[in-house]
Amino acid sequence: MADSPNDAAAVGSGPSTRPAAEVSRSKGEPVHFAGEAARPAGKPARLAGELELRKISIRFGGLLAVSDFSLTIRGNELVGLIGPNGAGKTTIFNMLTGVYRPTSGQIFFCGRPLGGRKPYKVCQLGIARTFQNIRLFKNLSVLDNVRIGAHKTVTYGALSAVLRSSAFERMEREIEERSRSLLGIFGLERRAGEIAGSLPYGDQRRLEICRALASEPSLLLLDEPAAGMNTSEALGLMATIRRIRDEFRIAILLIEHNMEVVMTICERILVLNYGRTIAEGTPEQIQRDPVVIAAYLGEPEEAVVEAGL
Amino acid sequence: MARPGRRLVVAGAVLAALILLDANLPHLLDPYHFQILIYIGINIIFAVSLNLINGITGQFSIGHAGFMAIGAYVSAYITYYFGPGLLSAEKTGGPPPGLAGEATLLLALVAGGLAAAGAGYIVGLPSLRLKGDYLAIVTLGFGEIIRVFILNIDSVGGARGFSGVPPLQTFSPLRSLFWVFLVAIVTVLVSIRLVSSAHGRAMMAVREDEIAAEAMGVNSTRYKVSAFVIGAFFAGVSGGLFGHFLQYLNPAMFTFVQSFEAVIMVVLGGMGSISGSVLAAVIMTILKEVLREVKNYTPYGIDPRMVLFSLLLIVLMLTRPTGLLGSREVWDVAPLRNLRRRARPGAGGDVW
Repeated sequence: MADSPNDAAAVGSGPSTRPAAEVSRSKGEPVHFAGEAARPAGKPARLAGELELRKISIRFGGLLAVSDFSLTIRGNELVGLIGPNGAGKTTIFNMLTGVYRPTSGQIFFCGRPLGGRKPYKVCQLGIARTFQNIRLFKNLSVLDNVRIGAHKTVTYGALSAVLRSSAFERMEREIEERSRSLLGIFGLERRAGEIAGSLPYGDQRRLEICRALASEPSLLLLDEPAAGMNTSEALGLMATIRRIRDEFRIAILLIEHNMEVVMTICERILVLNYGRTIAEGTPEQIQRDPVVIAAYLGEPEEAVVEAGL
Repeated sequence: MARPGRRLVVAGAVLAALILLDANLPHLLDPYHFQILIYIGINIIFAVSLNLINGITGQFSIGHAGFMAIGAYVSAYITYYFGPGLLSAEKTGGPPPGLAGEATLLLALVAGGLAAAGAGYIVGLPSLRLKGDYLAIVTLGFGEIIRVFILNIDSVGGARGFSGVPPLQTFSPLRSLFWVFLVAIVTVLVSIRLVSSAHGRAMMAVREDEIAAEAMGVNSTRYKVSAFVIGAFFAGVSGGLFGHFLQYLNPAMFTFVQSFEAVIMVVLGGMGSISGSVLAAVIMTILKEVLREVKNYTPYGIDPRMVLFSLLLIVLMLTRPTGLLGSREVWDVAPLRNLRRRARPGAGGDVW
């Protein structure tokens, strides 16, 4: 099993850490697949980041950027999404967060369809992300960046802010405390008062993750968090990411080019090429997969033809 | 910080100071200098309200005079046509007894502000699709539309202007200085408190990076439109005060030049710095009067002030593109910050 190549048909129900559950889900009833109905009684109400992408495709003019992409993330899995440049990884993130609308297919999060929701709504539902090309609020302080991340937890109104009500004071204090402790996890607490744009590159990446976490997501999407870091920095970051996953009990979907990093921390990896999933499996399976090797390194022509590319 | 007792004391002291100044300053200053003082107050409201839109939320608007015009005309219309009825008073000239006068005045000012806010909502809508220069052109066009619209309404005098707007002392023993600076203080306080809350942070997030703001759960549509609505409201109120102070309105007062002056104030003070806008409003208002003299020395008596302001803006952009204060506030500037830290050790950071 381990050395058999994952062909396109295996997508979605392919080898994974929880194959049985996934098969039943992908074949289940479409609309209310997850959420309350499917949950055995007595389990806690909060399902950490139950995400299902069902055959989503997006077309930009003549270009089919992503085609029939399916993925299920449950519990607090740490899933890697890899593939050569232009494979459509970030496009998938953008569809997930409501920046793009898939041309076809459906996205469900915690049992609810995400289709057509605006990015801020998606964030409020519990999906937070970071960006490939860092998008911090550069002229604001490090602390303010994280506090803006906590925006969805704010319940006081503008009038309350103007009158400095006790609800305002309480919530602001709480947000600041939470933001500072998040900064502490990333070793940024000393930099809270600095302007975000003045941080060194690695700290900016960390701050972006910090900001995303402040929105209390149940699913965190990280777009190349280790880009531009050397291997030891990257592995340090990965240790932090794994810690976050365990401490906050959230699911993480990760795009990363640094293979060492991906193979070290991901439990499951999907490989994307030309908008299609070409393989899915554990890091060991992926590393041995001839189709993946072909996509990354190029192979004799026969192998490519065989893989249906 | 949240001790209601201390707040009341501060508010009481400020009110007492305003009343005292209102009673005495008109006698100490000659009318010309007093008028400049009032203009300073009105310009503070005008500039700070524009800063909410331009500086804090980053939606470049150059039609702010349009909002001022709406507020000015609506509130003047109310006091001119309904004022006597509302006061149910014989026109004796003196202020009416009780608080009826103050209530009428506030009603008129707030109505003017609300009308401007409604217009702000309408202008805010294109900001959802347009950015930068394109939005600026739309707001510029809006300002002109308002002006031309008023120019053609006969009941407010059209091009002849709206004369006979009742002065502030018709309504209250407290006069213009009190009302103008009360509103100015309220505007500054509301702006600062708003900006240092989650709502203000959301506005700044929209300015910094709209996509990232949305990804962080900030409804950028809502905050852009709110900025226009709140900014327009205060601009409208400043217009109401302006009309009642001058007792005369003319559409020519609300041209592009007026909007542009507000933009200069915001840029000069520093985009996003509320105290910077206050400072710039004071500087600009005084400078405008001081430079009035210059035309006595130019050929044909040409008034070169707009040229000088443009030059000032160019020099500022070349030497200090972030304005006087950047996006900081006066109390964030180093010496003052140290002073404050010494005064209140461990204070998190809000004086307000």
